[in-house]
Amino acid sequence: MSNAVIKGASYILVHAPDMVVHNGTTQTTEKILNSNSEYLKNLRNSLRTYEQAVNYLPNQVYIGNKTPEDLKAIPQPWVDKPVEGATRNGKFGEIMPEDEFIGLMKIVDVFDLVKLSKEFTKIIKTKLSNHPLISDELVSRLKDGEEFNDINKLISEQDAEPLYFDNNIVGCVKRAHDIDQNLSAHVIFENLVSKASAVLAALHLIDKTKINPDDIEYVIECSEEACGDMNQRGGGNFAKAIAEFAGLNNASGSDIRGFCAAPTHALISAASLVGANTFKNVLIVSGGSTAKLGMNGKDHVKKGLPILEDVVGGFAVLVSENDGESPILRNDLVGRHTVGTGSSPQAVITSLVTAPLDRGNLKITDIDKYSVEMQNPDITKPAGAGDVPNANYKMIAALGVKRGELERTQINEFIEKHGMEGWAPTQGHIPSGVPYVGFAIDDIKSGKVKKAMIIGKGSLFLGRMTNLFDGVSIVIENNDGRKEESKGISEEEIRSFVAEAMRDFAAHLLEE
Amino acid sequence: MENQKRVKELAEKYGLENTIVVLGGAEAEAAGLAAETVTAGDPTYAGPLAGVSLGLRVYHAVEPEFKESVDPEVYDEQIGMMEMVLDVDSIIEEVKGMREQYSKY
Repeated sequence: MSNAVIKGASYILVHAPDMVVHNGTTQTTEKILNSNSEYLKNLRNSLRTYEQAVNYLPNQVYIGNKTPEDLKAIPQPWVDKPVEGATRNGKFGEIMPEDEFIGLMKIVDVFDLVKLSKEFTKIIKTKLSNHPLISDELVSRLKDGEEFNDINKLISEQDAEPLYFDNNIVGCVKRAHDIDQNLSAHVIFENLVSKASAVLAALHLIDKTKINPDDIEYVIECSEEACGDMNQRGGGNFAKAIAEFAGLNNASGSDIRGFCAAPTHALISAASLVGANTFKNVLIVSGGSTAKLGMNGKDHVKKGLPILEDVVGGFAVLVSENDGESPILRNDLVGRHTVGTGSSPQAVITSLVTAPLDRGNLKITDIDKYSVEMQNPDITKPAGAGDVPNANYKMIAALGVKRGELERTQINEFIEKHGMEGWAPTQGHIPSGVPYVGFAIDDIKSGKVKKAMIIGKGSLFLGRMTNLFDGVSIVIENNDGRKEESKGISEEEIRSFVAEAMRDFAAHLLEE
Repeated sequence: MENQKRVKELAEKYGLENTIVVLGGAEAEAAGLAAETVTAGDPTYAGPLAGVSLGLRVYHAVEPEFKESVDPEVYDEQIGMMEMVLDVDSIIEEVKGMREQYSKY
């Protein structure tokens, strides 16, 4: 068994204001319960433009143009402090506009379920042709588009889900079965959004790490969607569907689910698969969710804020065999919330943070950075949920106090030094632990950070199958440059063994 | 919504005077909202307690009334760490305010 390393990470956002209005569950629920509400009437006035979403500091941190330190240097809230000169493309990925993304949904649809108008197709074809990571072969999948009347007919007569851009219908997603709810237009729409955003993250990862796509042997997808039909509702396999469009010809894969904790579960699984020499390169990938768009929209609007949950998120992480330089995944220092752990915050933090540290004889202060649920407080505070990362850091520090590793007066100092401000959109699994992985690679390689802990938590009770909560964690650390000797012994060692045996044999003969 | 429904059902089953609600919310505002919901009624008019004033006794787990009535060892094990983390004074102020104003028992 050897340690796997993290070779690279990519992060993408899709600005999706029309999907906020038509597909976010807060808005769709309001349409059912209270269709004439003031909130719905004024909703469009609270949407941000693409430029505003690009100029938003937390989004710039997510795609790697700004760092967690840059974010910390500017006091909250960040919504009224746009970044000057912000750009669409970042070190880790990009912020894609909604029209191009709708085009990408059509590109990754293999069952001809996405229908786009001729006019819209023409416009996005030009735009996507200029995208450096979308090949001509992919662009050609857009074909020429459909007559507008045919699209309208599918929407009005066959329950197709309309696709809007700039408040106009530009296409639709057809249902994939007449009666199977698991293949309804709504489900297919959500799954295609997840798939398309994951494909974009995978393409960026290949671009940023320069890995040969043929060298990726396995893909783990870790979103919160389910694809299948009425006989196997969550059959899967998003992973392979994404791998196909990312050009990973030698890859198989599977999906890992665990609510928001799934990305950290995926990180641990990938570390084990590579560590056990099952595969050399494993790609972890996930797209985002439209259901969560505008989830706290009512609170934001009530407080005079724009709707800040207007982006779909995605990310990818490449876990590979030890290269002697990339940060190591310590799959021997893993925390897990077990069935018997209990639900008090104290028990939860003990199981996720101090249990793995104890195993490595480490103290809470030996971890330089903790990456917890990195939700953006601009979004959560106005909704009454507080500053989530800060609350997590307080709990870790308080446990340190109880263990005698910190003084009570040092709690704030601990948070300052070992914590970060949150920057990730509230897309469930997207903010959970993994947003820091990209920065961790740089921080650990540069020596700024020696050890970091990635923590993922999940609210399993939402699925109504258990009342339990879940969480897992893993430590990542600097690579000392030594590759493991797990594959056996070196030639020199064999020579020395043989020489020793010969000496023993000679001595034995002499004795006789 | 589900919690409102459960509180309503339990309070009706066992009697309003025999029911105490213990809150665990981490934010003063959210805890205050929950306390208002089980006393005066749901202020957002979204759940089963909209317009229903149960007037129940309600305490937050960090309030002295609750703390003093449970085993100190269990309290320390379950809540000791969170007591350090939460803004206990604001939570007490919010919940106590609602209780004193709307609780009927």
